[in-house]
Amino acid sequence: MHTAVVLRLVPDIAEDLDIAEAGNDIDREWVGMKLNEFDDHALEEAVLLKEQAGASVTAIALDGEGVDRLLQSATARGADRIVKITHDDLPPLAPAIEIATRVAQVVRDLNVDLVLTGVQTPEDLGGQLAPTLGALLGWPHVSAVAGVQANADGLVVRQEHSGGYTTRVLVPTPAVLGIQTASQPPRYVSGSKLRQAMAAKVDVIAGTAGAATPGAVVQALHKPEVTGHATMWEGEAEDVADQFVALLREHGLLKG
Amino acid sequence: MGAILVYVEIRSGGVLPISFELLAAGRALAQSTGRALEALVCAAQPDALASELTAADIVLTVAHPALSPYLPEAHAAVLAAVVAERQPDLVLFGYTTAGLDLAPATAARTGRPLVAYCRALEITATGLSVQSQAYGGKLMATLAATLPAVAAIMPGAFAEDAGRFGTGGKRVAVPPPAELDALKTRFLEEILPDTGGVDLTVADKILCVGRGIGEAAKIEVAREICDLLGAELAGSRPVVDNGWVEKARQVGKSGRKVKPKLYVAVGVSGAPEHLEGMAGADLIVAINSDAAAPIFAAAHFGATCDLFDLLPAVAERLRASH
Repeated sequence: MHTAVVLRLVPDIAEDLDIAEAGNDIDREWVGMKLNEFDDHALEEAVLLKEQAGASVTAIALDGEGVDRLLQSATARGADRIVKITHDDLPPLAPAIEIATRVAQVVRDLNVDLVLTGVQTPEDLGGQLAPTLGALLGWPHVSAVAGVQANADGLVVRQEHSGGYTTRVLVPTPAVLGIQTASQPPRYVSGSKLRQAMAAKVDVIAGTAGAATPGAVVQALHKPEVTGHATMWEGEAEDVADQFVALLREHGLLKG
Repeated sequence: MGAILVYVEIRSGGVLPISFELLAAGRALAQSTGRALEALVCAAQPDALASELTAADIVLTVAHPALSPYLPEAHAAVLAAVVAERQPDLVLFGYTTAGLDLAPATAARTGRPLVAYCRALEITATGLSVQSQAYGGKLMATLAATLPAVAAIMPGAFAEDAGRFGTGGKRVAVPPPAELDALKTRFLEEILPDTGGVDLTVADKILCVGRGIGEAAKIEVAREICDLLGAELAGSRPVVDNGWVEKARQVGKSGRKVKPKLYVAVGVSGAPEHLEGMAGADLIVAINSDAAAPIFAAAHFGATCDLFDLLPAVAERLRASH
């Protein structure tokens, strides 16, 4: 089995996000970028499948600042090959169809039979990649996947729904899976292994745009209208602890 | 003029509340633009479910054994066929697991633009104008798309009441597409929630740790506070995904929906998926070092102090109060 994992760098939403002057994107000059956390789980699941069923793993990413390093670090996690797809200035908030078109071409060229990627990103306003890619390739796809096991008939995929309800689906390859959670937490990689990985060769493939497809356009970003806000307790931790316990007492919420 | 088409979600023989929210959204759009509102029910036996969908002008039913329980490939095939046949101007999905499967696939298979994470929609002279959540709820986006289009709507964005009532319309049985008899994937089993002996939905007090807790070892002091308070420990999705708190204790979209008297969120940013599970709590206290974290919009009280200083200080006071 040849598994491809699509990795994406996304803004770290724990940081302050400023809106760029043009108004329709965040200011990417200073914001920290990190591996999309669901893609992190997708990479882990791909490596777990490789260990279980002997697959080879190719990590794929669209070109952009920091992408070489992102891909190289994937080799430290267990990726066998890393591929960067170049493109003509695809904007950061490009609709999923634009990204999927370019990824689909590479997936076909590399004879991949399973694609894993994160179920969503913090900025995929124009749709999620996995189902879009599945539809373009004509392959079955499953989103919100929380664990994959290979068996003789294909892949047993656990799909997570709301309220803790889950289902199991048998999915033969080729297929595309949108991973929410890997079967086990992403593995720790030592600093020395990561440093070694920085020498890994990045293969470059030119992305091909497909026929023009309609996509949603982000016209503006803005801060959410605040409809309510917490009463904030000021001061050091000791002061806040006093106010917190006083609040519990006032509401009769202390034990006993 | 094409209709507004709502995809109806079914589980365990019942219509899920998100479907009534979509019907409410669809009804408002249909009314303001003179379009018809259609609901699509895909199930092994859809007729009994169709009678609940009185807000729709037309209820389309597709009956086939492969459609129950939910199987992504089967439902995607029906959506592609129905949308190609009926050419609705707008197809509405919930931002749910099924919506994540089907909205992008329907958009790609029928050549329509997709807008995700919608909280408000309007059909204008030029097409669809949408307000969507982005970046974990930290920002909102205004998006434009031409019609026909597909939209995925956030749970809670529309009150479901307006989607529960109506005069009831006609029913149209749609023949299932041939693709359903040649599916590649197969439904194996459904697994009901494993409570692991814990039922957060009946807890009076919950202390939930989020990503800001940093590491598993730091949760110990939170556990101690739970013991001292008589509260249940809970975790947000990243904490559960990391294996620091067991799955049965997850609050949010893919975990439990809770409504305790007290909900303390420690190091929880307040992503929309988390808020969906706890925003109805009576009293919410949030501690997060990021003053812009969306959790503070849902909380009644909050602080941005260092939680690793705060938690031991709280534990000390609770011990003293015993």
